[in-house]
Amino acid sequence: MEIIDEIKNKFGSKIKKFEEKNPRRFYIDVLPTDIVEIAKVLFDDFSLRFIIATGIDRRDGLEILYHFSEDKTGKIVSVRVLITNKEKPEIDTISKVIKGAEWIEREMWELLGINFKGHPNLKHLLLRDDWPEKNYPLRQGQGEGRK
Amino acid sequence: MNSKPRTVIPIGPYHPLQEEAEFFKLYVEGEKVVDMDIELGYNHRGIEKLSESLHWDQSAFLVERICGICSTSHPFAYVNAVEDLAGIEISLRAKYIRSVIGELERLHSHLLWLGLAGHFIGYNTVWMWSWKYRESVNDMFEFITGNRQHYAMMKIGGVRRDIEKKDIPQIEKMCDDLLPVVDMFKGAVMDDPVIHARTKGVGILPREVAIDYCVVGPTARASGVDIDVRRDDPQNSAYNLVDWNVIVLQNGDVFDKAAIRILEMYESIKIIRGCLECLKKEPEGNFDLNVKEIPEGEGIGHYEAPRGEVYHYVRSDGTNRPVRHKIRAPSYVNVPSNQYAVKGYTISDAALVLAAVDPCYCCTERVAVIDKEKNRKIMNGFDLIKLSQQKTEELKKKL
Repeated sequence: MEIIDEIKNKFGSKIKKFEEKNPRRFYIDVLPTDIVEIAKVLFDDFSLRFIIATGIDRRDGLEILYHFSEDKTGKIVSVRVLITNKEKPEIDTISKVIKGAEWIEREMWELLGINFKGHPNLKHLLLRDDWPEKNYPLRQGQGEGRK
Repeated sequence: MNSKPRTVIPIGPYHPLQEEAEFFKLYVEGEKVVDMDIELGYNHRGIEKLSESLHWDQSAFLVERICGICSTSHPFAYVNAVEDLAGIEISLRAKYIRSVIGELERLHSHLLWLGLAGHFIGYNTVWMWSWKYRESVNDMFEFITGNRQHYAMMKIGGVRRDIEKKDIPQIEKMCDDLLPVVDMFKGAVMDDPVIHARTKGVGILPREVAIDYCVVGPTARASGVDIDVRRDDPQNSAYNLVDWNVIVLQNGDVFDKAAIRILEMYESIKIIRGCLECLKKEPEGNFDLNVKEIPEGEGIGHYEAPRGEVYHYVRSDGTNRPVRHKIRAPSYVNVPSNQYAVKGYTISDAALVLAAVDPCYCCTERVAVIDKEKNRKIMNGFDLIKLSQQKTEELKKKL
């Protein structure tokens, strides 16, 4: 069975929106509270490789895309969550399930201000240690990018 | 905590030549490495944010400057991402040209790594020779693209320059000349008892750990993880149109990481030759689609750089600039795996293990051993390389 059908069967109603951009690119929207469970199943049971996560600042909240790759077929499944509370964004860490996610969560914490609950080592990765608080470079309206 | 006295050995953080400035803190007891801490960000240039302020075409030049060694891999992945977003399929000729450039880059990058690895273990002849033959690849880049580095060949919808029929024999000649050189290096590394003693069983990264750290490229393939983006998801390139193999080894030590890079050079030559054969049959001139508008949406592109998978994600709102451009370089996932790989080995092996991932050897030149009590410098980078070379000398005498 195709990996994408297996994922659909497994999670059922947890999938809020499903998009097949092309035969090799899939985007799945889920709730932030389900992400640890879903990451665990994708990584451990379906043996997908965690590539990276992308944090995006949107008007209606902060979005995180977790990219997983099925290397046998070259398919990429991106799991999308939206954190609507922009004042105090929080989500559970997946780094306990996937060791390789530790650095990117630290990066999103400092660049976008998302708090990863339960992260073992949440400190600055790219920015200097005395970087001013509440100053998140990848939020909109910062620096030279889009205002 | 252990009661034995621990010494902190900082490696790094800064060297203007390295693609990523990193700071390795080795915790040692006597000669043995017991733990390691990695700090980075010394060279953070905010490229993701900068890209949001540039035009789609300009970003291709920007991402080319992320890395001086794999300078075509980032644009390759970036144009793939934009083409995935817009649903563009480029012409066959452009696909072949892209793959030729990508593989030439792999050749010069692996030769560069081989030379430095040779230097670290005290084989300066390997270093000099490997860099001498690397020149022929750089000359070929100058011949095809006009630049020895930063070739600026990738373009959304195709490539910027053609490889004309009259130029093909010269590239083929370079491949013919390089083959005996790779044979020589293969012999030099695979049959040398001292190299075996220095690298076999050192810095082992087991398969499960490699999967847990999500490592990519030769680092993963040396540990028995069979992944290669060129085969798995060729996107807009010609890797699925020519005959070649993915090299996978099982031991995960420094020796396997070296062997994999040498064996990959054969595959690269094979791919270049295959692509050139096909280029001869394709009509000249049809290598660019002249893409003007990028629609709304999101796209993912990845490519197998010499060090592993380069990953780009772009999102567009229909204007002429990306809303978000996420970049993940291979070292970002490979370097944390050092935390596991160096534990339990000596300091003289640590330099080699850290270099085996092929991050930036220049860091190691900045090593300083500091006496924690007196906070005084007792050893610098040259001493560390000397230490590593001394070990090889001692091994040579024993054998």
